[in-house]
Amino acid sequence: MEQTINNTSGFPILSMLIVLPLAGAALILFISRANDRAVKMVGLLFSIATFALSLPLFANFDKTTHLMQFVEQHEWIPYLNMNYHLGLDGISVLFVLLSTLVTILCVLISWESVRMKTKEFFISLLVMESAMIGVFCSLDFMLFYVFWEAMLIPMFLLIGVWGGPNRIYAAMKFFLYTLVGSVLMLVGIIVLYFYAGRTFNILELTNAAYPFKMQLMLFWAFFAAFAVKVPMFPVHTWLPDAHTEAPTAGSVILAAVLIKMGAYGFLRFSMPLLPDATRAMTPVMLTLSVIAIIYGGVICLAQTDLKRLIAYSSVSHMGFVTLGIFALNVQGIEGGILQMLNHGIVTGALFLSVGIIYDRTHTRDIADYGGVASVMPVYASFFIVFTLASIGLPATNGFVGEFLILLGAFKASQWAGVLSATGIIIGAGYMLWLYQRVFFMETSSKVAGLSDLNGRELVALMPMVILIFWIGIYPNAFLSFMHPTVQHLIERVNSGAGQADILGLIK
Amino acid sequence: MPFVMPDLNPVVPEIVMTIIAVLLLMAELVIKRKETLALLAIITAGVVSFTLIGSMGTTFSGMFVSDGYSTFFKLIFIVNLILTVLISPKYLAVMRINFGEYYSLILFSTLGMMLMASAADIIVLYLGLELMALSTYILAGFIRYDIRSNEAAIKYLLLGAFASAILLYGASLIYGLTGTTNLKEIAAYIAGHNLISNPALTLSMIMFAAAFSFKIAAVPFHMWAPDAYEGAPTPITAFMSVGPKAAGFAVLGRVFLTAFGSAHMDWAAILIPISILTMAVGNIVALSQTNIKRMLAYSSIAHAGYMLLGIISGGPVGLASVLNYMFIYAFMNMGAFAVVIMLRTEGARGEDIADYEGLSKTHPMAAALMLVFMFSLTGIPPMAGFMGKFYLFMSAVNAGYTWLVIIAVLFSAISAYFYLRIVMLMYMKEPRTTVELNSSPAIGLALAVTVSAVVFIGIQPSMVINFARLAVAGF
Repeated sequence: MEQTINNTSGFPILSMLIVLPLAGAALILFISRANDRAVKMVGLLFSIATFALSLPLFANFDKTTHLMQFVEQHEWIPYLNMNYHLGLDGISVLFVLLSTLVTILCVLISWESVRMKTKEFFISLLVMESAMIGVFCSLDFMLFYVFWEAMLIPMFLLIGVWGGPNRIYAAMKFFLYTLVGSVLMLVGIIVLYFYAGRTFNILELTNAAYPFKMQLMLFWAFFAAFAVKVPMFPVHTWLPDAHTEAPTAGSVILAAVLIKMGAYGFLRFSMPLLPDATRAMTPVMLTLSVIAIIYGGVICLAQTDLKRLIAYSSVSHMGFVTLGIFALNVQGIEGGILQMLNHGIVTGALFLSVGIIYDRTHTRDIADYGGVASVMPVYASFFIVFTLASIGLPATNGFVGEFLILLGAFKASQWAGVLSATGIIIGAGYMLWLYQRVFFMETSSKVAGLSDLNGRELVALMPMVILIFWIGIYPNAFLSFMHPTVQHLIERVNSGAGQADILGLIK
Repeated sequence: MPFVMPDLNPVVPEIVMTIIAVLLLMAELVIKRKETLALLAIITAGVVSFTLIGSMGTTFSGMFVSDGYSTFFKLIFIVNLILTVLISPKYLAVMRINFGEYYSLILFSTLGMMLMASAADIIVLYLGLELMALSTYILAGFIRYDIRSNEAAIKYLLLGAFASAILLYGASLIYGLTGTTNLKEIAAYIAGHNLISNPALTLSMIMFAAAFSFKIAAVPFHMWAPDAYEGAPTPITAFMSVGPKAAGFAVLGRVFLTAFGSAHMDWAAILIPISILTMAVGNIVALSQTNIKRMLAYSSIAHAGYMLLGIISGGPVGLASVLNYMFIYAFMNMGAFAVVIMLRTEGARGEDIADYEGLSKTHPMAAALMLVFMFSLTGIPPMAGFMGKFYLFMSAVNAGYTWLVIIAVLFSAISAYFYLRIVMLMYMKEPRTTVELNSSPAIGLALAVTVSAVVFIGIQPSMVINFARLAVAGF
């Protein structure tokens, strides 16, 4: 039953991707605290090396199959049938690449803004990268869980040690919210394990059929873990605090990769493992998504803090992602996955940009800005590209993703489609208004005399611009990765025998 | 009746331990450097662990049994002994309580624990328990000039005496009911005479549960723990938080699964509320502590609550998960206490949680170690604490107690708050005073051992789990 394409190249590329950043972190451990420059160089070198190592994944990925590729499997705890089992399919491969790319940008952007405990900072960053890659590669549910939880430690430190004034509150809130969600998932994993005949192998778990009642309970247990990460509407309150208080690198990782893991969890676990419950719960998930889109957008209009505004826009954008995923059709899911990538790129870029100007002015208050375009013209042109991509202007990546999602949503539920489309209008409203207040109007005293982007910052922003137009103009370069996988996923979700109506449960 | 020499082979470790402990007590009169005694105690531990090999068997008419289960626990006791001795000398010097009896008492206490683990008869069990407890009472009050240490010893002694009395009462009921004190014979009698749900049997199980709950510091028999932990010399606090707890679990597991094995449903109904209460009180009260020793006391109470899940699940799998957890817990808890001891210097008590503010700036290495132990105690992978909890929860789900596991994971999430608070203070606050570190090569060695164990078992837990499974093969 279980089909995978083993990694026959003799080179364990996925393991290397996980180990390489860890090796970098270990190396930094032995560098003297006084030698800041060496610490940064090692951080940069290892993040670039990891990225370079991940590029063959992009080139050698077989786009014609939904099977797992580059698979590695070793025994871990034989008695419990826990394995060190890695592999990639069309959904996960792009996120591994996103993680390795974003880490480089985070190293670059933290080059000067991190002044204290540099050593610990770069260790945390590299450990973080390794855990992120591990999450996307794991084919063993427990291995996934280990990486998923291990990620909390470096992120907790990144927010709490190098964050803004209210950082401790934000770090604690982030940790506790995600932990409570995760432990409930852990119970769910154990229940699945025994029911499916003592296996944590995701592919084997997918092949088993679970009773509807059990599926529903597990769906909510998984929901607790994934919805908090996304974050979906009622459990999103940690996100504005964490994003706002985190240092730039932390915000970028949170926005670009971490919150994608929630949506990834739905795609990888909730939907294929619990198809009946997924279909039964679709109305609920669509409703929560629409609320997140509109509510998140409206709140953005009221924000006075730059980072907080972008943080809330994430709530709205991730609402689009879950809307697409739970539309349960090809357009919706592919749009959702692409939009995850887009949001990672665009919001990551926006946080990078905000970090760049924050380093110069040390204020996040929108009211302190004005007329930045006349002082920093190059910066302003980058920012407008990101703004327009965030709104979803044609020829940028945002357009493709949101268009596909709306298409899927209309097919699933016309109401959801109509209501969520207003989210795009609200989005245009708050982003353009933000741009106007920060970049136009009279030059404020805090902005006057600022220097424009330097080379390092240009290098950090450039890849994002390229990706925005690449995906916007030729989306098939990325969509082609996921066609077979998404097709397979939809077949799986619709395969569950009949039981989908919730009435069956009430009777 | 001719005198038949009993087979002494299974008791060799205990005999060796007794002889050396007595010799050490006398040697103390001539040896002036107390560090030598510490070294001798460690050598003793090494010799005893060596004699454990090949000591399997039952002797003294079935009163004493040396099996995988007892050997596993004895190893935990020896680890506990060695780590305690390693972290002691410097602390004793600072506190000016460098008396030689200290090491002998630790050896005697460990000997008591070993007897408990091997007890196949309630009388032997009681003997071991008293030997362990009496030695520990004295050790808790070892700082004679300190009123808090006196308080710790008195509280521990008085409440411990109650617990012993309850245990004896339970034992007498069982003897009245079955006419024997041998665990196996009790089990056979209960099964043979259909005594399950007999009120007298239930009452006696409640008494056993209460007495053992006292030893493992389970709620509502935990009252002594915070005061005793706070007042006792810190190495002894560390010793008490692992050794007697492990010994308590050893007898709890053996008595309930062997003697009362057929009444599983009845005693599970007694232990389930105890377990829930223990997790609740331990984790919630720990949130408001300002003294690190008290906080770790409540944390150790909470961990007893998790481990009770394994006993409640019963069977070899449940027991193996308890053994596995106890082994991991010994390392992570000892490690945390070793860091606490380093902060105790001539000038500063270093016991307030506030003393940890900014530790990462003044002593990055100590802070990093504490971070590992705190995350391990929380149960965050890849630290060993996670694997321990995970295996416990698995055995409980397997036994059908999913709802209990949900309660446990939620309390475990609550516990994250107070462990994280330490990490937060160390890494996210500025140091207020310059904290001196009271380090020594011995403490360094203890920390190196514990941190490597915590990280290694966290990543590669197979070995310990397999060992624990082998150890419970007899159940």
